[in-house]
Amino acid sequence: MRTISALRIAAALAVMLVGVPRAVAAQPAPAAAAEVEIDQFAFVPQRITVKAGTTVTWINDDDTPHTVASSSKLFKSKALDTKDKFSFTFTTPGTYAYFCSLHPHMTGVVVVEAVTGADATQ
Amino acid sequence: MTSDQGEERGVSRRKILECMTWAGTGVLWTVVGGMPRSLGIMGEAAAAGASGLTFLQISDSHVGFDKPANPNALGTLEEAISKINALTVRPSFIIHTGDITHLSKPSEFDDADRIISQARLDVHYVPGEHDVLDEDVKLYRNRYGRGSKGAGWYSFDADGVHFIGLVNVVDLKAGGLGNLGNEQLEWLEDDLNGCAASTPIVVFAHIPLWSVYPTWGWGTEDAARALDYLKRFGSVTVLNGHIHQIMQKVEGNVTFHTAMSTAFPQPAPGAAPSPGPMKVADDKLRSVLGITDVTFKRGQQRLAIIDQPLQR
Ligand SMILES: [Cu+2]
Repeated sequence: MRTISALRIAAALAVMLVGVPRAVAAQPAPAAAAEVEIDQFAFVPQRITVKAGTTVTWINDDDTPHTVASSSKLFKSKALDTKDKFSFTFTTPGTYAYFCSLHPHMTGVVVVEAVTGADATQ
Repeated sequence: MTSDQGEERGVSRRKILECMTWAGTGVLWTVVGGMPRSLGIMGEAAAAGASGLTFLQISDSHVGFDKPANPNALGTLEEAISKINALTVRPSFIIHTGDITHLSKPSEFDDADRIISQARLDVHYVPGEHDVLDEDVKLYRNRYGRGSKGAGWYSFDADGVHFIGLVNVVDLKAGGLGNLGNEQLEWLEDDLNGCAASTPIVVFAHIPLWSVYPTWGWGTEDAARALDYLKRFGSVTVLNGHIHQIMQKVEGNVTFHTAMSTAFPQPAPGAAPSPGPMKVADDKLRSVLGITDVTFKRGQQRLAIIDQPLQR
């Protein structure tokens, strides 16, 4: 179980985190986290690249509700009020476009890369 | 539908629609061919002396909003209703152009109903994107959607004027703007087929049906098709909300007008990094919130649109 503070640190560091807690040996995929802020009617960063297995968390910093909706309907948040969060774990490599279903001019992309052997031994 | 305009004036008198806007300062504007001209100071009594069908537009009450731009959106809605109750000429009904609530909560809808019902007038609603935050638009439709089609579109007639309420806030596409959708557009075409070209038409919807500022999503993707169906009519007035400020454009026989919010102002297009709620000085807030009074004078093909702030 990742903690909120772990998510926050992940966001503070950068777009993507590779360091993973190893406490649970049985964990099949490396757990990683990334955060996207919703600020001034924009997803920041607008495009992020993560490894498969990463949980991406969106947090709404606006005074206006927004949603996070996958263009392929893979995921959709409820309306996020100020400071509300939504998380989704990306397990399969690929390019995932999403938008705010209330303000559809707000768009973003999550690029998910395969976990390679090198990643695993890091 | 018939019109009691007498002669078939609508299309033959396809002259430029004149439209008066009485701005908050009490200046009477007449707009001819898209060029606003000030006619000087005008008193409230003169504006109220108009005869004919008068109705009221309120918009974007955002009940439940409590952020710095207006910690008490319910209170300013109540002030707007008091303002309506104090009008010298009592309007026939109210049109609410959406964003009744901020978060589509049942309690917010309840509060809005409690305050708006104090006007003791019929209210014709269309939803804003803040009213349909539940996936299946159930909350809105159960309360306001009786007799409407789809996500809540409908039409009605009053005093020879044909009113059409449209929904452009559901099923929005990534990267796009407001959206009417094929089903609604087909219904609109059909609905208008029953109307003589001389019938004055009033269309109301939440998001502007003209391209105000697409960068901020202020426009409607497929509005051109709707406007195409409206082309043959001599007098078309389009009333919208969503942008929380007054804006007007005249294009041929079509007048586009957006109303103030009763909750909080938003910045002029491009004047801020985003269209979010704009904080103004506390003593200025009521000068940028308000209601819109619309009067149709029979036989004049002219709708007088009067925006009144809560406080001058
Ligand atoms: Cu949004």
